Amino acid sequence: MSHRVIVPIGPYHPLQEEPEFFQLYVDGENVVDIDIIIGYNHRGIEKLSESKHFDQVPYLVERICGICSSSHPYAYVLAMEDILGGEINIVPERALYIRTIIDELQRIHSHLLWLGLAGHFIGYNTVWMWAWKYREPVLDMFEMTTGNRNNYAMYKIGGVRRDIKDEDIPALKKMLDELAPALDLFRGALSDDPVIKARLKGVGTLTKQQAIDFCLVGPTARASGVNIDVRRDEPYGVFDRLDWNVIIEIDGDIYAKTMCRVLELYESASIIRQCLDKIPKGEIDANIKDIPAGNGIGRVEAPRGECFHYVLSDGTNRPVRHKIRAPSFMNVASNKVSCVGGTISDATITLAAVDPCYCCTERVAVLSGPEDKKIMNGWDLIKLSQEKTEKLKRELSDGRPQ
Amino acid sequence: MNIRDKIKERLGAKIVVWDERSTRRIYFTIKKEDLIETVEFMFRQLGLRFSTATAIDTPQGFELLYHFSWDPAGEFYTVKVLLTDKKHPRVDAITNIFPGAEWMEREIWELMGIDFAGHPNLKRLLLDDDWPKEDYPLRQKG
Repeated sequence: MSHRVIVPIGPYHPLQEEPEFFQLYVDGENVVDIDIIIGYNHRGIEKLSESKHFDQVPYLVERICGICSSSHPYAYVLAMEDILGGEINIVPERALYIRTIIDELQRIHSHLLWLGLAGHFIGYNTVWMWAWKYREPVLDMFEMTTGNRNNYAMYKIGGVRRDIKDEDIPALKKMLDELAPALDLFRGALSDDPVIKARLKGVGTLTKQQAIDFCLVGPTARASGVNIDVRRDEPYGVFDRLDWNVIIEIDGDIYAKTMCRVLELYESASIIRQCLDKIPKGEIDANIKDIPAGNGIGRVEAPRGECFHYVLSDGTNRPVRHKIRAPSFMNVASNKVSCVGGTISDATITLAAVDPCYCCTERVAVLSGPEDKKIMNGWDLIKLSQEKTEKLKRELSDGRPQ
Repeated sequence: MNIRDKIKERLGAKIVVWDERSTRRIYFTIKKEDLIETVEFMFRQLGLRFSTATAIDTPQGFELLYHFSWDPAGEFYTVKVLLTDKKHPRVDAITNIFPGAEWMEREIWELMGIDFAGHPNLKRLLLDDDWPKEDYPLRQKG
């Protein structure tokens, strides 16, 4: 007899930073439906922004997310510069390069963070440790150039707040050089390891049509063959002057999403290298004093996808309306289709595949029959996922020496 | 024919105001009765990507901005609708055209108090269940 069971995942988890709550409806091992409940971390930032001076807002929006803490202030200053006549017409050359460098460093640390967590969820704890080991020097670079490991406070309307010193450039290049072998290692593991392939291929698949219907953005959309990237489509910073590629995968499964992110790491490293070689001398700030009445839209390709800011100004020193749409807002909703049809042991990695700030804990409660009630917490779910990998490892190495 | 000409040709007189702020920023206003037809045309037939929607509380009424991105050319289209009935603002839901708009409309409904007619799942998304009914945090007070 089959039981229809609700598996609550969330809302608190010490592993990741943002609480979300997923209720999986399962029949045996299979997920048949999912309820997504968010809002535990709603801090009213849009409303708060209306009470801040234009120059204070970047510090506020920077704190929306500790991982994308360059994307939000960047999108905001782009929206303000849209009112003033466009980033390219206002911001000094050197500042454009610095903005691009900070934006790409952020992508590297964010993708490495995700890669580590994904490794942990499927039982590859070595990947977890290695990915985070290589993320650490990236944060050191942030500390060296901006003074902060997170929340960099670099962006201001009309420029950046701090210069990158010439003597810091060799250290940045050295970090990129040391990152390269690690990236080869991750890409090698991904393309050669049969267990990773068996575990991630065909799991949590989103078709191109689903990606379009759910209006997905970033690597989640690109892994399903949707050819979008704000850096190329509406270039900001100096992305239009550099040589780099938009990574597109077509399968739409978690393997494709992982591959997409790993390959993007190479592109980001190449972008930073080119910027460091080409960065000109000069001013870093245009000293903007007043914001005229008007409205502006700023878009940035955050590590998770398009980050959108809309600002309405009435000529005073505060925004009348500040609308923010983070990429996960679009991507998390797609779990509605990517999880259903899979198994519970795939749910942890599927829910994490869109790179949300995802969390999981609580328990499994069986709805019918008190005698077979089973309690599981978030660690048990991760264990379930890791055990599946172990099982696959055994099956795939059957008859062969380990 | 580029996208902006296709929109102008198809919608014709239904466009109340057409405002090209720059080559990448196009705003146009339509009547709220024409919203479904416009969104369906832009999303389904032209293949624009829905980015998000913004609701603004103005003295004349609630302004709804639907932001669409035409990625191949890097153009950003904003469809404006003005809801003049400030007591009972109501507009047709676009969630029935594509599921990607569901959360956006739920958010605007709970934070700005705009009712979306025909929305399949209009319940709270971000606010707590204890938050008082009919108290919409993003509306201008006083």
